Amino acid sequence: MDKLIEQFSLGLFFWQLILFVGLVLLLKKFAWGPILNSVSEREEGIKSALDEAENARKEMQNLNADNARILKEARAERDILLKEAREMKDAIITEAKDEAQVQANKVVEQAQATIQSEKQAAIADLKNQVAELSINIAEKVVRGELSDKNKQTKLVEDLLKEVTIS
Amino acid sequence: MHRITLVKILTLLFLTVTISVKAQHDTPEKETVHVESSDSEKGSLRTEIKEYINHHLLDSYDFSLFSYTNDTGEHIYWSAPLPVILFDGGLKVFSSSKFHHGETVANVSGNYYKVFHNKIYKTNAEGTINLDDHHHPTNAKPLDFSITKNVTVIFLVGLLMFFMFSRMAKSYKKNGLMPKGMGRLLEPIVLYIRDDIAIPNIGKKHYKKYMSYLLTVFFFVWIINLLGLTPLGVNVTNNIAVTLALALITYILTTFTANKNYWKHIFWMPGVPVPMKFILAPIELLGTIIKPFSLMIRLYANITAGHIVLMSIIGLMFIFKSWIGSPLSFGLAFALALLELLVAALQAYIFTMLSALYFGMAVEEHDDH
Repeated sequence: MDKLIEQFSLGLFFWQLILFVGLVLLLKKFAWGPILNSVSEREEGIKSALDEAENARKEMQNLNADNARILKEARAERDILLKEAREMKDAIITEAKDEAQVQANKVVEQAQATIQSEKQAAIADLKNQVAELSINIAEKVVRGELSDKNKQTKLVEDLLKEVTIS
Repeated sequence: MHRITLVKILTLLFLTVTISVKAQHDTPEKETVHVESSDSEKGSLRTEIKEYINHHLLDSYDFSLFSYTNDTGEHIYWSAPLPVILFDGGLKVFSSSKFHHGETVANVSGNYYKVFHNKIYKTNAEGTINLDDHHHPTNAKPLDFSITKNVTVIFLVGLLMFFMFSRMAKSYKKNGLMPKGMGRLLEPIVLYIRDDIAIPNIGKKHYKKYMSYLLTVFFFVWIINLLGLTPLGVNVTNNIAVTLALALITYILTTFTANKNYWKHIFWMPGVPVPMKFILAPIELLGTIIKPFSLMIRLYANITAGHIVLMSIIGLMFIFKSWIGSPLSFGLAFALALLELLVAALQAYIFTMLSALYFGMAVEEHDDH
C-alpha cells in the first residue's frame, strides 16, 4: 500500500482523467450516439415491419371472415328470395286457378243461360210450328169433317162432350 | 475487407510473437551476463530479471521498445523521447532525452532534475538523491504532468477508438442502417453491452445516459489490456492512477445521477428499526466509496499480477538453461498468455458490468427491496 501511494502518479491520473472524459464526450457525439441511434432505428424498423406483417395477416383473416360472412348472408338472402318466389308462384298459380274457375263458371253459366234461352226459343218455335201444323191439320180435318153433315154433327157432339167433361 | 484481414493477421501475429520477442530482447542481456563469473551468474541474472519486471511495471518518460547492453558495456536504447511537463515555480517543458534514460541530470533553466525509480526529483547540479532510512528519496518532487509513455498510449488508444468507432458510425449512414467492415465485428459487442449489461442492470428507462460511458470504458480497458500483452511493453491498466481515474468517473456518475431513493437508502434505510438506521448510515456511506474503490483495485491488481506472473515465467527461461526447462516455461508462458487474453476481456467486462450495477442502484426507483 505504501509502495502504491509512493508510485501514484498525479500526472498520469490527470491525463487519464482529461483524455478519458474527452474520449467519452467525443465518442458520444461522433460514435455512440449515431451507432445506437442507427441500431435502434433499425430495430424499430424491423419491429414495425413485423407488426405490419402481423396486421396484414390479421386484416387478411378479417377479410376472409368477412367474405365468409358475406357469402353466408348472400346464401341466406338467396334462400329467402327463392322462398318468396316460390310463395309468389304458388300465390299466382292459386289466384290464376281461382280466376280461371270463376271465368269458367261464368262461361258455363252464360252457356247454360244461352242454351236455356235457345231452348226456350226452340221450344217456342216448335210450339208455334206444332200449333200451326195442328191448326193446319185441324183445318184439313175440319174441312174433311165438315164436308158432310153427319160428320159435322158428330163433331159438334164430340166437342160438346169434351166441353162437358172439362 | 482486405485491410481488415490484414489488421486481424497483424493482431494475431503480435499476440503470438509477444513471448518470443520478449525472450529475444532479453537475449543480449543473457549474453552479457554469460561473460561474468559463473558463481554470481545466477544471482545477478535473477536480480536483473526482477529489476526488468519492476521496470516494466512502472511508467517511463520515454517510449522505449527495448534496451540492451552491447559487448563494450554501453547501454543501447531503442526508444523515442517524450515531452516532460513540470510545474516547479512556473511551467517547464522539455524533452525527456535530457535525462538520457535516467542516467544523467537534466538542467532546465537553472533547475536540475533527475529520474530516480521512474520519478522526477529536483536535485543539485551533481544529481544527488538523498535517501532516508526506508530508501525513499527526500528530494523535492516537482508537480509532474509529463506526457509519459502511458499518457502517450492512452492518447493513441483514444485516437484509435475515435477512428474505429466514428468510421463504424459513418458506415451505418452509408449502408442503410447496417454496419460495414469492422462494425460487423464490433456491433454485437456494442449490442451485448447494451442488452446484457446496461439494460438488465440499469433498467430500460435510464440506461441511455450511461451508455456512452459504459461503451467507452469497456472498449478502452479491453484495448489497453490487449496492448499490454503485445511486445510493445505497454502497461497502462496496472497503474493505480489510471484505474483510479476510471473508478472516480464511475463514482462521480453514480453520485451525481443518483435519485432521492438512493440517498434515502444510504442515510435512512427504510424497513429497519431506528437505532439500526443510525448504524447503517455510515456503513452505507462508506459502501458508496468502497464500491468504486474495489473497481480500482480489482482492475489494477488483476493486470499487474498477470504481468508479473507472465514476465516471471518468461524470465524463468533464462534461469533454467537446460534443454527441458526453457521449452517448459515457454509452454507455460504461452498458456498463461492465452489466459491473460481472457483476463483482458474479462476485466473490461467486469469493470463495465459493475459500473452498470452501481448506476442501476443509483437510479433504482421502487421502494421495496
